[in-house]
Amino acid sequence: MATLHLCDYGSGNVHNVERALARVGANVIRCTTPEELAGAKAVVIPGVGAFGECIASLRAKGFEQPIQDLAASGVWVLGICVGMQILAKHSEEFGTHQGLGIIPGAVRLIPGETPSGEKLKRPHIGWSPLYSDTRDWSGTPLAALEKESPVYFVHSYHFEPDDPNDVLAYARYGGRPIVAAVSRARVFGVQFHPEKSSYAGLSILKSFVQQVEADAA
Amino acid sequence: MMKKVRLIARLDIKAPNLIKGINLEGVRVVGDPHAFAKRYFQQGIDEILYMDSVATLYGRNNLTELVSKTANDIFVPMTVGGGLRSLADVDDVMRAGADKVSINSAAIRRPELLREVAMRYGSQAMVLSVEAKRRGDHWEAYIDNGREKTGLDAIAWIRQAVDMGAGEILVTAVDKEGMRKGFDVELMRKVTEAVDVPVIASGGMGSLQDAADVILNGGADAVAMAHVLHFNNITLADLRSYLGDRQIEVTNHGDIASV
Repeated sequence: MATLHLCDYGSGNVHNVERALARVGANVIRCTTPEELAGAKAVVIPGVGAFGECIASLRAKGFEQPIQDLAASGVWVLGICVGMQILAKHSEEFGTHQGLGIIPGAVRLIPGETPSGEKLKRPHIGWSPLYSDTRDWSGTPLAALEKESPVYFVHSYHFEPDDPNDVLAYARYGGRPIVAAVSRARVFGVQFHPEKSSYAGLSILKSFVQQVEADAA
Repeated sequence: MMKKVRLIARLDIKAPNLIKGINLEGVRVVGDPHAFAKRYFQQGIDEILYMDSVATLYGRNNLTELVSKTANDIFVPMTVGGGLRSLADVDDVMRAGADKVSINSAAIRRPELLREVAMRYGSQAMVLSVEAKRRGDHWEAYIDNGREKTGLDAIAWIRQAVDMGAGEILVTAVDKEGMRKGFDVELMRKVTEAVDVPVIASGGMGSLQDAADVILNGGADAVAMAHVLHFNNITLADLRSYLGDRQIEVTNHGDIASV
């Protein structure tokens, strides 16, 4: 069974993420201090709410440098929702906030209107399927995802990597693409909530757990 | 663009039982709510809504244990309502695993609560629940599970609540609730025209056609179902295919065998 270290820096969805990871067979170690991350093979970073508060809380608990070091050393990382956004260099939500800078790019407000000028509701709440015209999903958490299966989004901002090749998947909202997943090497981030995305979400977490496990074997 | 809707299972609870009434009154025990919620998850429901139907009378919500148990094996958004009076009550059910809360009576007594919840959890987590009864050409908002009138015009109250921070509206037409003769489509149209936030239609679904009607003619963004699901009158698979044939986009969550 793969062991995953889950960063508990005060984010509201940590318990539901823990439950979903346990459901797909992971041995989850919930870490409330950075010392507990020592020896981690895989780190999961949850996150809900505002970017500024999340990164401040992560930083205050001393998780910033250890996560950056682990990512640089090739440890598997999965960021969820704001946990994905904080992988970026900075965010433009309520002023400018520095992120972890693990994947270069910025977190920006999603488009406010359709290509034909109709108003789009923000936050974007609801179920949308994922797609990519350029990236192959094998070897990523999206490997086993059925193409048409939608996942659950609740957000107003999305992560735009500087290098479009770091975008693993998009979702369509109001006729425009929004960034749904990013990845670079073994670092992954998903904007949606896999822990609330029915079977599709569980299959994503399961693929991640299986890849960590296969790597450790 | 195809209209996209969410399908929600509404489970009214009188702890420890799932119950079903008529016009929000009259209680018939249906079974174990967790078992029903699990069945709906396995059949591909988009969201679960738990409503503590006696909480307001007794002054507290008794669902935290059920919410916590449900969060262990049901992985779709869960909304919890009934008897939530304060931010501390909201904290309790959110900590237990709820994703959103639904509030009616306490918001009418103290609208500021809507702002407090939205500030802490985001407006997407603050669902205003409105129990509306028709009064001639308008609708009046009721509290305490349709028992007590407020004198408030339901539409005016909904507008005010959205300004205060409500990010979604659950509209229960009390006159239609449990009758299985269709939703109050006119009420729904009035609400969806009045506000920009998503609106859930609740109360009265008896057939597949009722769902299509309230979506296409009432503008509903989501449909809450109780009786028709609890008593197996319709299946989610049938509903998805019926709506799909009418240019209404519904989700298909894939195969449970994949996990």
